[in-house]
Amino acid sequence: MRDDPDAVVRAEDLTKRYGPLVAVDGVTFTVRRGQCFGFLGPNGAGKTTTMKMIYCALPPTAGRLQVLGRDVRTQARAIKARLGVVTQENTLDTALSVRENLVLFGRYFDLPWETARRRADELLAFVALAERAADRVDTLSGGMRRRLMVARALVADPELLILDEPTTGLDPQARQLVWEKLRQLKRRGVTQILTTHYMEEAAALCDRVAIMDGGRIVAEGAPADLIRAHVGREVVELHGLARDGEGTAGLRRALAAVGDAADAHEVHGDLVLLYTADGETVLHRIRAAGVDVEAAILRRATLEDVFLKLTGRMLRD
Amino acid sequence: MSLFWPRGALRFWQRNVYIFRRIFPESVAVNFLEPVIYLLAMGFGLGAYLSTIGGLPYLTFVATGLVATAAMFGATFECTYNAYVQMYYEKAYDAAITTPLNVEDVVVGEIAWGATRSVLYGTAFLVVVALFGAVRSPLALLLPPVFFLAGLMFAVIAMTFTAVNPHIDYFTFYFALFVTPMFMFSGVFFPLDALPAWVQVAAWLTPLSHVVRVARALALGAVDARHLADIAWMLTVTAALFPAPLRLMRRRLMR
Repeated sequence: MRDDPDAVVRAEDLTKRYGPLVAVDGVTFTVRRGQCFGFLGPNGAGKTTTMKMIYCALPPTAGRLQVLGRDVRTQARAIKARLGVVTQENTLDTALSVRENLVLFGRYFDLPWETARRRADELLAFVALAERAADRVDTLSGGMRRRLMVARALVADPELLILDEPTTGLDPQARQLVWEKLRQLKRRGVTQILTTHYMEEAAALCDRVAIMDGGRIVAEGAPADLIRAHVGREVVELHGLARDGEGTAGLRRALAAVGDAADAHEVHGDLVLLYTADGETVLHRIRAAGVDVEAAILRRATLEDVFLKLTGRMLRD
Repeated sequence: MSLFWPRGALRFWQRNVYIFRRIFPESVAVNFLEPVIYLLAMGFGLGAYLSTIGGLPYLTFVATGLVATAAMFGATFECTYNAYVQMYYEKAYDAAITTPLNVEDVVVGEIAWGATRSVLYGTAFLVVVALFGAVRSPLALLLPPVFFLAGLMFAVIAMTFTAVNPHIDYFTFYFALFVTPMFMFSGVFFPLDALPAWVQVAAWLTPLSHVVRVARALALGAVDARHLADIAWMLTVTAALFPAPLRLMRRRLMR
């Protein structure tokens, strides 16, 4: 393993097997201090398993994994003292008040009562739950519970924050609020690792992403670099290309018209995606050739294009 | 790996105290009422037909035995249904092990809390029994530590079952096949001395029979060397089984 003083997490050939099933299949990655690192991937890709190994809730089967300079196999307690974890499912004490949840969690980290109470009040203000401090958790909405999970993970001032699907199931307003908090934390220098199904979440928060599929990392890099490397700058969407019943003839004519202006294309039902560095030219050639199409739309390439290109469009579960 | 961090266990114990304060009157009332009902039903109901057992009024005999069962139920309910709900539905263990606490600390904290409830229930019930005039010796003041030891023993046994229990419904088996028979055949309601030898051997194997003997002896002020053997029995079983729930719970949670 290369010596990298900035590395907060270093994984090398990290593997988790359950009998014959390989959940994580020899992944290697490094997360550096101050980064927000995202794991993307379809269900069953191995994201959560990787996260659990990082926060020491699951022993690796093989490979090396160092978190904050320590080995997860032998120094779990010391590692966990410096982590904040938001698990995929909420694990709040629903019978206790919002504030009690934070104070008791602070006690797990061995904070003195006084410090735990002060941190609880600061964090409730930070996640905009101060008014609900005395209410039982089971009276909170889903978005509030998620914010409380984030606040609880911060109670002992962690150096590394781990978030497993922080905003799944939240409405857009609640999601924006969580994103805002995570960006504030990043500005303060808190390293973050998150998993998500939402490409716009990864694009909004992450400096680097690793796309996982079948237990392996199939691509890793800055979102903009991944987009450039795998799909180019722009995408032209052709809708309803074959509606006159000509089958693939319409597609063939369109591709012939576009020529070398598109780098690659993908077909999904009656939608054709053309990946290109120069969308205007592609559009112009489609129109000039008189290709019969319902709509031709030019847009910027996104991380979602990369994701679907690399992991395919098959449903995973 | 099965070593635990006492301070971490204390933290989880503290959390349970908080939860307990929230659910205090109703949960305690239900668990506490059960031995009181037995006391009234058996002590007065059956006691009306029986004058004495071994020279004791039947009410006194039953009451001093039920003190032990109150302690048993305190830890047993805590470390079966309550622990399962905390583990499986509330995910409190999953939450705690993301902090410096390890699985072992959580399990020990839970066991210690079960024992604490045994002390609370046993002592509260002892006060009721004293009001009925069934406590005859100041040695009864030594009972709370006995409740704690008995609580540890029943908590360790219950947590072992909880750690491998696939579904909350299966606690029915734990109660029907283990707790209830033990409750009936541990010398609470009738003395075991007059029964065939094999029954006495079987009873000796049940954890509760030892608690009943010690509790009755202290409440009546009739302690002798054999009761030290009962204490030793409880200590041995508790210590021998102690690593089991820690190891089994780690296997259950860390996968």
